[in-house]
Amino acid sequence: MEAVDQSRIRNFCIIAHIDHGKSTLADRIIEKTGLLTSREMQAQVLDNMDLERERGITIKAQTVRIVYQAKDGNEYIFNLIDTPGHVDFNYEVSRSLAACDGAILVVDAAQGIEAQTLANVYLALDHDLDVFPVINKIDLPSAEPERVKNEIEDVIGIEAQDAPLISAKNGIGIEEVLEAVVHKVPAPQGSPDKPLQALIFDSVYDSYKGVIVFCRIKEGRVRKGTSIKMMATGATAEVVEVGYFGAGQFIPCEELSAGMVGYLTASIKNVKDTAVGDTVTDLDNPCAEPLPGYKKVNSMVYCGMYPADGAKYPDLRDALEKLKLNDASLNYEPETSIALGFGFRCGFLGLLHLEIIQERLEREYNLDLVTTAPGVIYRVYKTSGEMIELTNPSNLPDPSEIDYMEEPVVSAEIMVTTEFIGPIMQLCQERRGRYISTEYIESTRALLKYELPLNEIIYDFFDALKSRSRGYASFDYELKGYEQSKLVKLDILINHDEVDALSFIVHADSAYERGRKMCEKLKDEIPRHLFEIPIQAAVGGKIIARETVKAMRKDVLAKCYGGDITRKKKLLEKQKEGKKRMRQVGNVEIPQSAFMSVLKLDDK
Amino acid sequence: MRDLSIYIHIPFCARKCLYCDFLSFSASAAEIKSYVNLLLREIKEQSVFYRDHRVISVFLGGGTPSILPAEAVGRILETVREYYRMTEGAEITVECNPGTVTAEKFIDYITCGINRLSIGLQSTQDEELERIGRIHDYKTFLETYRMARAAGFQNINIDLMAALPGQSIASYRETLERVTALSPEHISAYSLILEEGTPLYDRKEQYCFPTEEEDREMYQMTREYLEEQGYHRYEISNYAREGYACRHNQVYWQRGDYAGFGLGASSMVCDVRWRIPETMEEYRAYVENMQESPEAGRDCMDLASWQKNGGKQGVKERQVLGAKEQMEEYMFLGLRMMCGVNCRGFHDKFGQDMEAVYGAVLDKMMSQGLLLREDGYIKLSDRGIDVSNYVMAGFLLD
Repeated sequence: MEAVDQSRIRNFCIIAHIDHGKSTLADRIIEKTGLLTSREMQAQVLDNMDLERERGITIKAQTVRIVYQAKDGNEYIFNLIDTPGHVDFNYEVSRSLAACDGAILVVDAAQGIEAQTLANVYLALDHDLDVFPVINKIDLPSAEPERVKNEIEDVIGIEAQDAPLISAKNGIGIEEVLEAVVHKVPAPQGSPDKPLQALIFDSVYDSYKGVIVFCRIKEGRVRKGTSIKMMATGATAEVVEVGYFGAGQFIPCEELSAGMVGYLTASIKNVKDTAVGDTVTDLDNPCAEPLPGYKKVNSMVYCGMYPADGAKYPDLRDALEKLKLNDASLNYEPETSIALGFGFRCGFLGLLHLEIIQERLEREYNLDLVTTAPGVIYRVYKTSGEMIELTNPSNLPDPSEIDYMEEPVVSAEIMVTTEFIGPIMQLCQERRGRYISTEYIESTRALLKYELPLNEIIYDFFDALKSRSRGYASFDYELKGYEQSKLVKLDILINHDEVDALSFIVHADSAYERGRKMCEKLKDEIPRHLFEIPIQAAVGGKIIARETVKAMRKDVLAKCYGGDITRKKKLLEKQKEGKKRMRQVGNVEIPQSAFMSVLKLDDK
Repeated sequence: MRDLSIYIHIPFCARKCLYCDFLSFSASAAEIKSYVNLLLREIKEQSVFYRDHRVISVFLGGGTPSILPAEAVGRILETVREYYRMTEGAEITVECNPGTVTAEKFIDYITCGINRLSIGLQSTQDEELERIGRIHDYKTFLETYRMARAAGFQNINIDLMAALPGQSIASYRETLERVTALSPEHISAYSLILEEGTPLYDRKEQYCFPTEEEDREMYQMTREYLEEQGYHRYEISNYAREGYACRHNQVYWQRGDYAGFGLGASSMVCDVRWRIPETMEEYRAYVENMQESPEAGRDCMDLASWQKNGGKQGVKERQVLGAKEQMEEYMFLGLRMMCGVNCRGFHDKFGQDMEAVYGAVLDKMMSQGLLLREDGYIKLSDRGIDVSNYVMAGFLLD
């Protein structure tokens, strides 16, 4: 690629609340600039994992370089950086934004501003991006573009009167958006002659090339043979290839220089060495300072993952290893459960991240998994003065050794129409929320601010929120810090044996309720045995709830007709096969589904 | 020379009962006639494979075999006699349902050598019969029974069912009393099992079924009452007066050779199991294809080679039972007999001790009180009978 005039480059992203049409707009832009014909395009080019397409969310940052012939007669290079769309990946979002100079804010013409719209706009403004709005879905009967424009001006305080009115789905107004990119997104700054300073905003592992580092060159230049250093991790390497992003492919080029977005490979074996947010510099001519904003990403949510078939443990280990190559935020270490055997304690950025990993393990690696209830990291302060970070409830020290415990708390913002304020406040109250404030966005909508314990929102808060607001509430949060809390370990005893994989940490005030629901749920999950099975919930050895699975009274075959033994045998085999999928704890066989059922305890 | 039992399936019923998931349906006289012709041909063609067998029992089951004209039943049995070596005193049973027979039909049955009847009564309570969709009432049954005795039948089974919708302990008790008062030689009494896909299953919410506790009480009562009345329980659900245990049924549990003819019929000969196709179309093709069967067939070994070659497109689910499957069957079928399974018999057949193969499961089940060991036999305890499925599944090998 010949040297590109910096003034003809536009690095930008699209930000939006989920479902407001971010990926569809990205597709239209790519289509319009002729990179792919619409027939070649699978819907939503940038979401290239099956999972992403199915769930309609972007999990990994995707980037594409396109050439636009503008009305001023010049050719512009657009680097469109698609950011992940979920609060679990907030840090990745912030690094992707840092790679851009401007952002298109997509707002749904009917729904207006939502919680994620705000969160994303503030994040973009924090990174000094020039944000300009477009109003999408204007062809919907319920579209109110004028109202939404005013809302954008009133709430966010950015100019919106000349915002393009578009329908990404039907290709209306796309040209206008492209022109706005040329005029409203500033050209990149930076000098190619300064020492190399490049921001890593993502990386993927390729089995032939090693790690492919996605970066934005802020200063300097990089080409094949440059010796580079990652400033935070300290890893060094020699660049093998640089290039830019075609749609779904990597296109090598001579050099990347200040202002450009592209990739580099350097036979790096592990994504751990190329942490998102780190700065790449020239080993022989380093820059003085790394770029600001790097931080180490920590797991927020933990759970145990076990192969349903104990013999598949090595397969699970290999699969996790492979996923980890591509996902530096996935952590795991081996653990052993009395009930479930050998498995791993895995750490995730959030529940969505957990679900994604779980689904990928099941689909791409064909593993059948048993997952224990997800929990957060608790801080346990021992009377000895020592503090431990607890990720597995089974490792909770004896109560006599515990001075106090802390749990993570988040600041949450919930956008809701006023008619649902009551039910949503009640939900937050039930989840031990601390009310902070209510701000009215307009007469019919409000922004509720709460502080909530993370462990109250990780499983089903989002679903509960949706169901209590008929789908209208939206939600965003960030970690605030740790607070002292009255926490206890709830143990489940089945036929008087404690089942380690079913233990979890819960606030003392909710223990009774949760214990009771757990017992009810397990009663339905555990099949009848030859003997009666008590199911008990206990806190500190004290039983707080009990249910009973009655003994099996009869289990007989129907009449065997005309010597059809094959059919009888099939029935017996089915029965035996069912047993195989059970986990033996003491004398009791527990189906795998029981371990997962604890995840779904919300009131109907 | 090996013993052979013959099962002949007659898939026709006047109307299907609401609980029934067996292979049966209603048909026109012409359809029935054409089916009988196929059947005769199948019996005839297959006989070449059984020249080393002698027939100890024939069982016409269904469906409702008594729906056939007596003349058709006669032709079937004539064909069996003509092409197979029938032993003296072979047990020849026909199943019949009240309302499908006449006095003349019974006389014709006797004439063609039938010596045992199995009558489907199920209950003596008319409202219970109606709820499960039987075509007859108790009174019709009584007439049928009297006609059978009058025709000269001296070996009659009556089928009963427990755990019917709306049935009570008391009403079931009355059924037992009424039936024993008639002094049949044999009684079989099964619990109703609701099978998915049957109309009764679909409307199960409408009815009040006896609880499992009541079902087991009915079972215990059956055994106690029938034993008082001189019936011996020789199999989980079958009771007979001395000398009247059903020979044909025991062949299934003891793994004797049996050949099934007709739509969907199951066979096991020389440790090979197979099934005849279940649709009329396939069955017709299967029988017509038999023309090509080898003339020189002499025994069941030739049968095997015929099934593998010429007949393979017809036979379904053909399975050659290896030592593992044979051992499993020896156990889970044998345990249905009240005398249990014989440990020495196991050793003689398989050259291994039962303990060596099943030691762990035997110990476990005995410690749970489900199995008993008596005089070299392993048998189900009363509790073991209640959960016989669980026990039998334990004998499947990995």
